[in-house]
Amino acid sequence: MTDFRPTILAFCCNWCSYAGADLAGVSRLQMPPNVHIIRVMCSASVKPEYVLKALSQGIDGVLVLGCHIGDCHYMTGNHRTAKRMPLVQKVLKETGIDERRLKLDWVSAAEGEKFQKVIVDFVQEVQMLGPSPLREVRF
Amino acid sequence: MARIGVFICHCGHNIASTVNVEELVEFAKTLPEVVAAEHNLYSCSEEGLGSIRKSIEKNKLDRVVVAACTPRTHEPLFRKTVELAGINKYLFEFVNIREHVSWIHAKEPKSATEKAKKLVAMGVAKAALLEPQKEGESSVIPTAVVIGGGIAGITAAASLVAQRIDTHLVETESRLGGNLADIEVIGPQFLKSKQLLDELIMELKTSTKAHLHLSSRVTEVKGFVGNFEVTVDRAGKAGKIPAGAIIVATGAKEWTPNGEYGFGTVPGVITQQDLETRLAKGEKPKRVVFIQCVGSRQPGREYCSRVCCNASLKNALRILDAAPDAIVSILHRDIMSYGTASEHMYRRASERGVRFVRYGLDRPAKVSPSKSGAVVEVFDETLDEDIDMDADLVVLATPMVARDDSRELGKLLKVPLDKFGFFLEAHVKLRPVEFATDGVFICGSARWPSSVSECISQGKAAAAKAAIPIRKGKVVIEAITAQSDSDKCSACGNCVIACPYEAIEIVEADGKRYAKVNETLCKGCGTCVAACPNDAMQQRGFTTRQLGAMIDALVKNAMEETP
Repeated sequence: MTDFRPTILAFCCNWCSYAGADLAGVSRLQMPPNVHIIRVMCSASVKPEYVLKALSQGIDGVLVLGCHIGDCHYMTGNHRTAKRMPLVQKVLKETGIDERRLKLDWVSAAEGEKFQKVIVDFVQEVQMLGPSPLREVRF
Repeated sequence: MARIGVFICHCGHNIASTVNVEELVEFAKTLPEVVAAEHNLYSCSEEGLGSIRKSIEKNKLDRVVVAACTPRTHEPLFRKTVELAGINKYLFEFVNIREHVSWIHAKEPKSATEKAKKLVAMGVAKAALLEPQKEGESSVIPTAVVIGGGIAGITAAASLVAQRIDTHLVETESRLGGNLADIEVIGPQFLKSKQLLDELIMELKTSTKAHLHLSSRVTEVKGFVGNFEVTVDRAGKAGKIPAGAIIVATGAKEWTPNGEYGFGTVPGVITQQDLETRLAKGEKPKRVVFIQCVGSRQPGREYCSRVCCNASLKNALRILDAAPDAIVSILHRDIMSYGTASEHMYRRASERGVRFVRYGLDRPAKVSPSKSGAVVEVFDETLDEDIDMDADLVVLATPMVARDDSRELGKLLKVPLDKFGFFLEAHVKLRPVEFATDGVFICGSARWPSSVSECISQGKAAAAKAAIPIRKGKVVIEAITAQSDSDKCSACGNCVIACPYEAIEIVEADGKRYAKVNETLCKGCGTCVAACPNDAMQQRGFTTRQLGAMIDALVKNAMEETP
């Protein structure tokens, strides 16, 4: 189980979570090297299609990280993310993909340590879930 | 076919000591549409930028990918560089292999290199699909708002007013001057603070450009650089101030001890601020013990407040000036008298007979009442023995801590705070006194405990920065706004509802209804993109094709590895 090195995709918003990831770096907080970040301006711009595209091709887990509720640079963007991602999880569940492969969380620009914790925990969780069953199914 | 050049930065040892840069360059060369890949010791140095420009020319590059640090600090520099070489600056893509790779996977060079490869592949995939963009412009309201009327804020305001910029200064108290108004003398030059404050306040009170809002508080901030609307409330009456830039100068406050060292129980145990007040009244204490680092540099509040050592040195000298036979001791863990003038003050205090006693956090001093005042017992680390001293006054040098209302203001302005509640600037070296949010600036102790001279220089720096958009009269709008494809759009209106800026409306043209984005109102969040069921809405620089290509590149490069 511990030999399994999952491939994880993360969407980080430019203003909070990407900056939080930067702060984790500046603070030299160590974490497993499984997470690959795509920077977006707001977590609300993450289309459900991106999540499905990644997971359906065998990516083991997807993280969507935004600003804390109330702190969104675009006022209410993350309110939509907060509603949208649980729906995507429902869709995943319906299609037989473990919905825990998608995780939504909030990391502020000042939370380098929180970013580290989110990464460490999610990598562990996905490791526990094992390799994506869709790894072998390529479309 | 695009002609992409990839430049991998060593960042000295910062990246290269973990990521195998040569291997990464060879990998980059194998990626589709990459025609050149090289590495630089420091891509952001004059030499590094020069070699990027040369390569663009030599290899006829039309897209540039730099794998280095974070776009949040260095993207403007590289964009400018490619623009100088004749490439539209939006044909540049940044890959972060320092903050997001080498610094956080320092002990796993092999995995770090593999991750860096995937990130570079993702960056290249996006770069191939980038399109040249034209930036928009928006006008700037030629007014500034300064929040906080302490020394940093009034310096910033006076500096803006001197540039003939209309400036609103908002202060919660009924007077200006902040903490400094309660301090009589400023070290290390022993200048009367009143003299400094009166001069600045007079400038503000006599200028037609300065608008003072005392006993007032900011309750709402809307808008963006160039076009803010700041709501200021005074005794329940709110007014709206349109402004082009905002400076935060709300300061900090002295921490009040929770009974440490007999505070509140043993007579004569006071804080530094109490001492300032007593000295200003002309009191001449004879036996004074200062205890440094009370409540700081300890678990829970690890930082050094930096100003307290100098304050104690200054007041020790003032006490000796008033009563040359006074006995003054400073119990410290380290003396932080940085700067030549302060260092001189430290030396003078030693020469004048101030006793410096070093104590450890594990064996703090004990203060108990005595017949003639208080007695302080402490383990002297240098003498390696317990000593005790009588005191009329025991002065607790407590740190400056963030104001209680900082967090609320941070929310209003959408700017971050650090874990101690101080405001977090965009970058200590590259963008000091700026927030990551354009048009909002920070100065003084709200940012970090700062001396008066630091508050003044930061206040002036923030004013100079805030004046840039105001004086230019316009700000460039980054070309990341949304656009809709009228052919794909079904005019469902989801985007209209989703947009936080009411920047989208359904219009009718040529007998077809479709969503249209007002690009001066659009802030480029991309919320509408995710709301669009037809893939008609696209955010420039973050199109669904570009992000889709990044996902595909990750899949391709991850699946080739064995899981």
